[in-house]
Amino acid sequence: MQTTNNGSANGSNFRFLHLEDVYKSYDRVILDDIDLSVSKGEFCTVVGPSGCGKSTLLRLILGVESPDSGTLHLRGNEIGYPSPSRGIVFQRYSLYPHLTVLENVMLGRTLPTSFFERRSKKKEFIEEAEYYLKRVRLEGQGDKYPHELSGGMQQRVAIAQSLLTSPDILLMDEPFGALDPDTREEMQLFLLELWDDQKMTVFFVTHDLEEAFFLGTRVLVLSQYYTDGRGDNHEKRGAKIVGDYPLEKAGIYSTKIKNNPDFIQLTEEIRSVGFDPKIRQHVNEFNLKHPDSFRTLTQEEAGS
Amino acid sequence: MKNHNQVWGLHAQPSKKTNIILLLMPFVLLLAVYLTASHLRQQENQHDKLLPSATQIVDAVDRVAFTEDRRTGKFLLWSDTLSSLIRLVIGMAAAALVGLLLGLNMGVYPGFRSLSLSFITFFSMIPPLAILPIIFISFGVDEFAKIMLIFIGIFPMISRDIYLAVRKLPREQITKALTLGASSFAVTYRIILPQILPRLIDAIRLSLGAAWLFLIASEAIAAMDGLGYRIFLVRRYLAMDVIIPYVLWITLLGFLFDLILRTIINKRFTWYADNK
Ligand SMILES: Nc1ncnc2c1ncn2[C@@H]1O[C@H](COP(=O)(O)OP(=O)(O)OP(=O)(O)O)[C@@H](O)[C@H]1O
Ligand SMILES: [Mg+2]
Repeated sequence: MQTTNNGSANGSNFRFLHLEDVYKSYDRVILDDIDLSVSKGEFCTVVGPSGCGKSTLLRLILGVESPDSGTLHLRGNEIGYPSPSRGIVFQRYSLYPHLTVLENVMLGRTLPTSFFERRSKKKEFIEEAEYYLKRVRLEGQGDKYPHELSGGMQQRVAIAQSLLTSPDILLMDEPFGALDPDTREEMQLFLLELWDDQKMTVFFVTHDLEEAFFLGTRVLVLSQYYTDGRGDNHEKRGAKIVGDYPLEKAGIYSTKIKNNPDFIQLTEEIRSVGFDPKIRQHVNEFNLKHPDSFRTLTQEEAGS
Repeated sequence: MKNHNQVWGLHAQPSKKTNIILLLMPFVLLLAVYLTASHLRQQENQHDKLLPSATQIVDAVDRVAFTEDRRTGKFLLWSDTLSSLIRLVIGMAAAALVGLLLGLNMGVYPGFRSLSLSFITFFSMIPPLAILPIIFISFGVDEFAKIMLIFIGIFPMISRDIYLAVRKLPREQITKALTLGASSFAVTYRIILPQILPRLIDAIRLSLGAAWLFLIASEAIAAMDGLGYRIFLVRRYLAMDVIIPYVLWITLLGFLFDLILRTIINKRFTWYADNK
């Protein structure tokens, strides 16, 4: 086992989210020896070609899938079935159609509470839910049903619903993927503000590079397009983290990042290392610049 | 482009008035055909029983619904209706409750699914009327057997329908509830169950027809009262003047039930009605 360690992750620092040697396969290998450490407060975005396994990685952290091998820890505890330590916002289906917006947001309190306790604390719960609705700028919409809201509003409710339980990490799988471009940009700004003043840790999957750069403090590139010591045997090879970049948050409330030359250069780099099947880096050449980045490779994978 | 055509073709736009006329037409037509045929036969033979005239039917209704029966001192139509409805409602309620619980748990818990799904699918293939003798032999010929027949005939249908509805709910809903701190019990009975209730009402609506069938069949074979019993009793005297209003009454009851259930869905489960 050869270990590359660029930073503090393997040192004495507290590892917030920590994945090591994670493999996952369905009919074929999807995730191939994933090593990942994410610090508290990080806004970590994940990009990669369609079908490379981004959602699979997120589902492993969420706990709806278990890895074939390898370990996943959050705050030092092994990750098990879905629990309140990890909040989730899906692209769709995060809201319950039979509950009003307010009831949906309240669930984080009402679901774990018994019937009688629920009655006595009702007022408290409603107040708290209303506070969160206000945070996502949906005051006065609490009595509506989800289907009466626009897509962007629904996602804001879903975010409020997840925030109420104060999860250690908020997982989001293309949460804005179904929104029109304007609403989408609005939601991105909104999420950044929320992240900034709640000091959240976010793990955000998207296939939109621009979105990843705009939102993230760190961007991971997951891709199956690389070569390693195992020859051209494609079936056995799954996606790895082929790039890991820290991002400067220039001025987080500006979308100007799109015209920034650094951004344009980085986009090109990620397009070629992550998204172009014809360009294949060797595993030893991956650009893993982020200080938390670390990697364990088997002899076979590392060999040239 | 103005479309004047109200009736024919793909682009027809019936006005309110046309709509009502069209809606009533088949009923009026049927009534007219019947009255004509009845009139013709009455002219040939005054004592014809097969197609009684409107007056004969009204007389019969007056006799069964608004006059005390000399032998029992009851108003036959109403006491028959009450007996039948009690059987129907108890049988249906039991089937709905058991079907709901089975379907729900099969949908949510894989272990329970493995245990019961194949068995219930198998069980639902048994034609209930074919085991009617078994039911009468094992449960006697009283009320219980009739309720059992409805129950046995209906609950597998409802279980399977509820099961399919639960399986169609996005898996994400369960995951989401778990991340909000729900126990498996809370997921099943506080997240899934309330979403399935309107579907249960729909399932009841669809199986009501079959429930009536089972009810009438069991009443026809062994009973002392009930709508089905009466129809098959007076059949011996070719009393079409009683049979026809009874059938119309049963049809009307069925229609009313459906209307009530539909109204409940529209009023109580607006989110369901809107999302359909
Ligand atoms: N339950 C499953 N059974 C079998 N194969 C699966 C399953 N889930 C995912 N896969 C396969 O795993 C691969 C990765 O899927 P995943 O959803 O993680 O991709 P993704 O990177 O999120 O893609 P997208 O950008 O389209 O969302 C796909 O090829 C998919 O077909
Ligand atoms: Mg995905």
